[in-house]
Amino acid sequence: MLSYILSRLVALALSLVVASLVIFVMIELVPGDPASFMLGLNAAPDTVAALRAELGLGGSPVERYLRWVGGMLQGDFGTSYTYRAPVAELVTARLAVSLPLALMALLLSTLIAIPVGLYAASRRGRPGDWSVMGLTQLGIAIPNFWFAMILVVIFAINLRWFSAGGFPGWDQGIWPSLKALTLPAVALALPQASILARVMRSAVLEVLGQDYIRTARAKGLSRRRTLTDHALRNALIPVLTIIGLQFSFLIAGAIIIENVFFLPGLGRLVFQGITQRDLIVVESVVMLLVFAVILVNFLVDIAYGLADPRLRRRS
Amino acid sequence: MKQLFSGPALATFAAAAVMNVSAVLAAQTSITVGMQLEPPNLDPTGGAAAAIDEVVYANVFEGLTRYQADGSVAPALAKSWTISDDGLVYTFSLHSGVKFHDGSAMDAEDVKFSLDRARAEDSTNAQKRLFTGIASVDAVDALTVKITLSNPDGGFITNLAWGDAVIVAPESIENAKTAPVGTGPFTFSRWVQGDRVELARNPDYWGDAVALEKATFKFISDPTAAFAAMMAGDIDAFPGYPAPETLPQFEADPRFRVIVGSTEGETILSTNNKAENLSDVRVRQAIAHAIDRQAIIDGAMFGYGTPIGTHFAPHHPDYVDLTGGSAHDPAKARALLKEAGAENLTLSLKLPPPSYARRGGEIIAAQLREVGIGTEIENLEWAQWLEQVFRGKDFDLTIVSHTEPMDIGIYANPDYYFQYDSAAFQGLIEDLKLATAPADRTRILQAAQKQIAGDYVNGYLFQLARTGVANARINGLWENAPTQANDLTGVSWSD
Repeated sequence: MLSYILSRLVALALSLVVASLVIFVMIELVPGDPASFMLGLNAAPDTVAALRAELGLGGSPVERYLRWVGGMLQGDFGTSYTYRAPVAELVTARLAVSLPLALMALLLSTLIAIPVGLYAASRRGRPGDWSVMGLTQLGIAIPNFWFAMILVVIFAINLRWFSAGGFPGWDQGIWPSLKALTLPAVALALPQASILARVMRSAVLEVLGQDYIRTARAKGLSRRRTLTDHALRNALIPVLTIIGLQFSFLIAGAIIIENVFFLPGLGRLVFQGITQRDLIVVESVVMLLVFAVILVNFLVDIAYGLADPRLRRRS
Repeated sequence: MKQLFSGPALATFAAAAVMNVSAVLAAQTSITVGMQLEPPNLDPTGGAAAAIDEVVYANVFEGLTRYQADGSVAPALAKSWTISDDGLVYTFSLHSGVKFHDGSAMDAEDVKFSLDRARAEDSTNAQKRLFTGIASVDAVDALTVKITLSNPDGGFITNLAWGDAVIVAPESIENAKTAPVGTGPFTFSRWVQGDRVELARNPDYWGDAVALEKATFKFISDPTAAFAAMMAGDIDAFPGYPAPETLPQFEADPRFRVIVGSTEGETILSTNNKAENLSDVRVRQAIAHAIDRQAIIDGAMFGYGTPIGTHFAPHHPDYVDLTGGSAHDPAKARALLKEAGAENLTLSLKLPPPSYARRGGEIIAAQLREVGIGTEIENLEWAQWLEQVFRGKDFDLTIVSHTEPMDIGIYANPDYYFQYDSAAFQGLIEDLKLATAPADRTRILQAAQKQIAGDYVNGYLFQLARTGVANARINGLWENAPTQANDLTGVSWSD
């Protein structure tokens, strides 16, 4: 197991170095000067120069890259040009929205998908299976922002059970915050649950075709016990892969849902950073996201090893 | 799937319904105002973003003078002032008993600090030019400030009403970007970045107390989300409402009031006066006659906007209606192009992100095609636009709304991005600076309007309207936007 983890760690470090280079070069190529953007149409050139100096926008690209990476290694992600606050602080505040939202959506989609997928597999070819397949097809086909708007129209505008969006902040109480994240989480979870349920179904079906399942049945295990004790565990590998991918997507890719519900999440921070030329925020946040994705993949790899002893023995 | 969460969900819904009722009953002294853009920081003296002033102007920060809802300038922290006969020395006497929100007293030293800071060498004030005419600021005593100008400036009192000229304290300015401390009737409570800014009534305010106890500015950039938030009652007022296409729906709904006002935004087809072909006044005049303003207002702005014929706000008393000089006349435009020998022109049209530019640009391109001018449309982000068009002057045509109040003076700067260089106009602006008598100022301002209209410097399209939606029970919101602000000092709820 140890050498397995080590080899994964080396891959992780290499990916991070490559990613930091790619991100830095791409941001360097973006046209537009942050200082003149912030000062608007009437600013005098000397004012812009004063602000550029204040923001630390000078130096060669190599110098700036090393300063950036060096800072990150010491936990300093720079200071936002527009907000004038440390990027780490901004990201922490946004993660307080994005992380719980992603977790809620993931939890919801897993809780729905695993039993539904298992159910469909056990009813293969029968009406129960057909309806699950039909519904999940619909769930994948419906764009989540459209589903989100429908949720808003029903639950916020007509019924007024939820507000149409916004986030009160955790210091205003756990309950109002969870409530604010409910509709977005449902909107995010629907397509994820649909995908996951289908993956779950086909994974279970594949396992059910294996010899050891027939053996288990032959030695007198009930259908249900065979399903839960033998099929489920073996079917989890592809499901874990999808969950890992989904989690990365949910943290960074929730931007459209964040817009619909005007949530102050990480995706909005990056989007704002791009339009306002707050390049240091874009750089650092994208780097953090890359790190998060790589880390999640790493954890999924480890989880494979836990779920399937054959994998850790092989490496 | 539905069954799985119907149990807990039902409990959620029931509790939510109860919470909503209590919120309605307690809502009478608090307001939630929607804004499309979040301010990057909250220091109006350190950035150009309109959103900063839209939160803090008149609410948190005050200047010596201030804009009122009708666009006139009134005393604020300065009780009164005298101007020396040569127009160089302004002596302001300040209100007594004014305190900053941190409890320290506001006195003449703070005024001196604020103005000296704004005009300093290393100042990052976005409107530094407002203060460059100041030669010295002296605190005569605690409540008297003497400002000496290097040249007379008839617009000086107005300059001091800008959000960039508010009075700040040396003790608190360091943190003003995230925790602003002013003298206004609202104190800053908190800023949940990305979501909202909260203000609370200042119990120690020196002037008349405001009716509202709490004000929240909520940031919703997406037009559809803004509509939903208004409809769901999450937002009480959305003064710069971003989805004008849904306004008829609000108009028909008695719970809401639609507010249509004017802004200081002259929306123009900016023309590079030094570009090939465009340096010929006949070509610029042809473009002016090719444009059908009403079609642009209807097609791009859902009918909201007032046609203008020069770079001046139509609601200003000194405005002259010069739209007749550039009336829609394609035949005349074609004749002028022929005369100038500029047939089969192709011009670049670079469009910044706002919908007036993107939608308006398409319409203008079609109108120009009608008189034989081809366009190459290029959509730009703001940062690109500033770089290429505004600083690089690499463009033929662009569409932009100049939102600063009384900014006709930009035409006197030959280096400004549209590069209009007219000695006659520059002379007028020089005269304007020296004129303090209202009649003289009116005469000069009108001559200036006529000068740029007659030179067809830019295509003058329309005055940008400000369309807002508010709960029908809210009184005292500004209708027009003489400066970028959401002044809540006069806002109250009726029952």
